[in-house]
Amino acid sequence: MAISVKLMNRPEPEQTSYLRAALSGMALTFRHLVNPSKVTQQYPEEPTDLSPRWRGTHRMEVHADGRPKCVACGLCPTVCPANCIRLVGGEDDQGNRYPIVYEIDEFRCIFCGMCQEVCPVEAIHVGQHFENAEYTRSRFVYDLDRLMEQDHPTTLLWDPSDPSSE
Amino acid sequence: MESLQPISGLWLLITMSLKVTIIFGLVVLVVAYSTLAERRVSAWIQDRRGPNRVGPFGLLQPVADGIKNLLKEETLPSTASRAFFVLAPMFVLVPSLVTFAVIPIAAPLPTPVGVVDMIIADVPIGILYVLAFSSLAVYGVVLGGWASNNKYAFLGGLRASAQMVSYEVALGLSLITVLMMSGNVTLTEVVWQQQQLGMWFAFPLSLAFILFVISAFAETNRLPFDMPEAESELVTGYHTEYSAMKFSAFMISEFGHMVTASALMATLFLGGWDLPGTWDDAFWHEGQLIKGFSQDGVAVLANPAWWKTVLTFCGFAAKTSFFMLLYIWIRWTLPRFRYDQVMALGWKVMLPTALAYAMLIGSVILVLDEVGIRWGFSYGLALTAVSGAATAGFIFFLDRGRTIIGAAGQSRQKVSISGISQPATAED
Repeated sequence: MAISVKLMNRPEPEQTSYLRAALSGMALTFRHLVNPSKVTQQYPEEPTDLSPRWRGTHRMEVHADGRPKCVACGLCPTVCPANCIRLVGGEDDQGNRYPIVYEIDEFRCIFCGMCQEVCPVEAIHVGQHFENAEYTRSRFVYDLDRLMEQDHPTTLLWDPSDPSSE
Repeated sequence: MESLQPISGLWLLITMSLKVTIIFGLVVLVVAYSTLAERRVSAWIQDRRGPNRVGPFGLLQPVADGIKNLLKEETLPSTASRAFFVLAPMFVLVPSLVTFAVIPIAAPLPTPVGVVDMIIADVPIGILYVLAFSSLAVYGVVLGGWASNNKYAFLGGLRASAQMVSYEVALGLSLITVLMMSGNVTLTEVVWQQQQLGMWFAFPLSLAFILFVISAFAETNRLPFDMPEAESELVTGYHTEYSAMKFSAFMISEFGHMVTASALMATLFLGGWDLPGTWDDAFWHEGQLIKGFSQDGVAVLANPAWWKTVLTFCGFAAKTSFFMLLYIWIRWTLPRFRYDQVMALGWKVMLPTALAYAMLIGSVILVLDEVGIRWGFSYGLALTAVSGAATAGFIFFLDRGRTIIGAAGQSRQKVSISGISQPATAED
């Protein structure tokens, strides 16, 4: 394959002024100097905007009486590619299944969102939240109570402004 | 009753020690905050915000930097020349801080015990003292580069010596015109003559002003002349091997030189602490603080006041800050020159221009004195016209490929390749 070189039509030295170029450069930098709009985001003070599709920390939806919506069907630990969900299901007197143990290891999780997609009762969700620093590694295994306590918005998994992506 | 006598005796000692403490502290403070200003302004130019975490608006950042540099580990290369390696930062630091002593910073301050000059040492050698001490700094830079026993550091020191010596010539020669105008080398008299002329020397000596600013940039090793540091070529040049407070000393001295050079440019060409109008004029003439001379040559006494001192100090600070901003502004705009370009500019352009200009101004002064024009506004206007023509000529012959070529104009060689062929040679 032939390599073609693009010819730049540069002016001759007699037609370019170093001083004028330098001064126009200084004018440009001065405009930026006084321009109040800066690209830096002052993160801890200014909350950052997360995309509606952002997949972050999980949360478990609850019924009005405070029970988790999860029916311990076992689809999410099955579909989970990182194998980070531990689920032990139980059954009460009326035959309703519920999770006895439901743990998500946020370190192993790859935040693919497949647990949310697969959930038949819309119980487990990934959420628009990422500020989950802890002092110990063990705190990153979220148990059922912790997942139910989370109150950040859940992920839509698609962009509402682009319905074809659903 | 306030007396218009110069202060003397014990009070001289007291005011002198106060002045030394205050001005030295002020210079160090300004140096510390100019490091912050550099980082903030560079950030703003690049649409960032700059350091704003420590204290309100990041104002305590220099303190944090200082503490950090004090606590960091001092490294000493095993092959370095130990004594000179330790001495070099001091050699750079001291001259950059002591040069401020001869620069007047405000109008004289009247006190009940006499009039206090707002200058540490009004020595008769004035500018020569500044030139002598600022040249001493090059020894520190060269020593630092050589003692590090590092090739990059050595190259940086080598470049520093060549560059600073070359531009000192142009710097001194462009100063000659100022000295011819003021008739003296003390900076108080330079300010006084600008007050008497009714215009600042930047106008009647415009070309000297331009040459001085360019040379001052080169002398302080600031971009576009920062050959000794040249991060992209020499790591950081002469202070590559330095860490912690020794490195900090080099940085402080660089900014100290900038502050001193800014104050010097303000004093020599923008009237120092002088503000427009004659209300603040003051000068010691035969033991009296005078404001000027009447038409028949009788001295008119000045009436100093504390508010005049404060106002003129603000004026001086504003002018100095302008040049500091110019330093930072140009640094973040212009790319570095090539080393041979720096040398060519220094020896082939600046030196002959400064020499020719000194001769031109000398002859114009001679003519004006012979014609009998009084030292005053019309005298200044005549010189402004001559200097304006000289400046226009200088820029004409400097630019558009006659002496310096813009980056876009350097592609004389026409490259035309189709397919993989040999690279373009110089003859193409």
